[in-house]
Amino acid sequence: MAQAKNSSKSNPVQDETKRDFLYLTAGAMAAVGAGSLVWPFVHSMNPAADTLALASIDVNLSAIEVGQAVTVTWRGKPVFIRRRTPEEISEARSVDMSALPDPQADAERVQKDEWLIMVGVCTHLGCVPLGQKEADSKGDFGGWFCPCHGSHYDTSGRIRKGPAPKNLAVPEYEFLTDTNVRIG
Amino acid sequence: MAGPREKFDNPVVEWIDSRLPLFTMIQKEYGVFPTPRNFNYFWSFGGMAMLTLVIMILSGVFLAMSYVPHADMAFNSVERIVRDVNFGWLLRSIHMNGASMFFIVVYIHMFRGLYYGSYKAPREILWMLGVAIFLLMMATAFIGYVLPWSQMSGWGATVITSLFSAVPLVGDGIVTWLWGGFSVGNPTLNRFFALHFLLPFVIAGVVALHVWALHITGSNNPLGIEPKKKDDTIPFHPYYTIKDSLAIVVFMIVYAAIVFFYPDIFVHADHFVEFNALVTPAQIVPEWYFLPFYAILRAFTFDIGLFGTVLLSAKLQGVIAMFGSIIVLFFLPFMDRSPVRSARFRPLYRIALILLVVDLFILGYVGAQHAEEPYITIGQLATAYYFAFFFVIIPLLNKFEKPKPLPNSISEAVLSK
Repeated sequence: MAQAKNSSKSNPVQDETKRDFLYLTAGAMAAVGAGSLVWPFVHSMNPAADTLALASIDVNLSAIEVGQAVTVTWRGKPVFIRRRTPEEISEARSVDMSALPDPQADAERVQKDEWLIMVGVCTHLGCVPLGQKEADSKGDFGGWFCPCHGSHYDTSGRIRKGPAPKNLAVPEYEFLTDTNVRIG
Repeated sequence: MAGPREKFDNPVVEWIDSRLPLFTMIQKEYGVFPTPRNFNYFWSFGGMAMLTLVIMILSGVFLAMSYVPHADMAFNSVERIVRDVNFGWLLRSIHMNGASMFFIVVYIHMFRGLYYGSYKAPREILWMLGVAIFLLMMATAFIGYVLPWSQMSGWGATVITSLFSAVPLVGDGIVTWLWGGFSVGNPTLNRFFALHFLLPFVIAGVVALHVWALHITGSNNPLGIEPKKKDDTIPFHPYYTIKDSLAIVVFMIVYAAIVFFYPDIFVHADHFVEFNALVTPAQIVPEWYFLPFYAILRAFTFDIGLFGTVLLSAKLQGVIAMFGSIIVLFFLPFMDRSPVRSARFRPLYRIALILLVVDLFILGYVGAQHAEEPYITIGQLATAYYFAFFFVIIPLLNKFEKPKPLPNSISEAVLSK
């Protein structure tokens, strides 16, 4: 080393900065290489193509009476479809926005007033709230009640009481006909 | 390992040892290894934990030969193991209850470390490796609980993986990534099985480091003072091999009693119902050994905000607190500045630590209840004490505690009795 340094004509200071530069660029390339090697492994754990392919479903609504609710499975999660009664709709519309932890007007949550379509997964820690069946507890606000940690949702699926931070999510959907809806 | 090596009489042993000094190492580390003469039975729990790890790996490998990690078949394959596989009921009972026994043993082992100050210099790394083992154990146990694909499995997995959704911005992406889908499903089960097979060997690796570190510093002891003279120590064999053997026999009697006579004592009834992604059980409770941490998770009910924007949601606070409650243990050796190790000579620390144990039992009880009053308030107070122990009491003790006088040496203290 010492000998090489002496025999070299270049300025030792310059030589050192050159080495620093080489060291940094080589290190940066190694980091990029490692990163691009890690990504395929990490990404292999994300949803696979066949999982993504099952991403939308069509539901026929003609059999659902006013006041009834059905649960369908979409992306492995329950989707609540409730045909609301006029009372439920007016109740959802008459709420004072300032009383809501996650303020959202009922009109923003439905495409047709009668049909409330939501992902039936509690926004707290992912349990399925009760309220779809006749005999279920519907909570203090006539909508849904999550038994895990006691979140209450109203007739628009908005969080009213309990630890959940957000309203029940509304999935993307479109009415293909009056009685057919595509979710996802 | 280089250096003088004593020859063995047995020519086969000598042939091997001169090429790979395994026997010399065993002789040095477990034969003549100088060990403080005043151990009590708390010092047997490390060996018991190691034995339990071996039992878990062995029973687990044999269970894996009959288990099917597929969402449609996992639950039935476990039932088949219990009903049709020869001695499958025994393998499952050993493995399932072994997890609980492992945590009982490790909790007592950790209490020993806290009570006698085994985490203090020069054993900080030894202690931190132990905390790492504890974290790995928790991950392994949680993942293993998912494999039978019961209601408790699937919903427990949903609740715990959903914790990561509290992470700002990327939370939902992380959860989808963990699941490999849009809910807990077959991809989740598959990867959990792979990890449940891998992690115990990672644990075994960290245990090797833990034992290595132990054999560098030597064991702490109930007096918390270092051995100084030759008569402060005794060789590990036969004194502690026999003492540990007795402890292990008693432990095995308890373990066997549970395996054979109370195989379902730790199991929730919903663990015998197949997972249904559309129906949440009335109450989701984790295994008993997670209950105190579950209570800490649920103790946070208010968002912290500034000018109307939420800075820290209640959910995120709970998640940070739950992980923080274990992470804080890594820093304990540097937080506790008292030069005295053993709680025998630290009257105030002793009381605070015993209260911490009581506090953990209260948290465990609260964790098993529905999240409603009075349990919410009790859980919040108990959580407050847990963190106060580390962030208020320990710093105060550093300043104000007056320890009792320490004995001059182990042998003097022991022989004067």
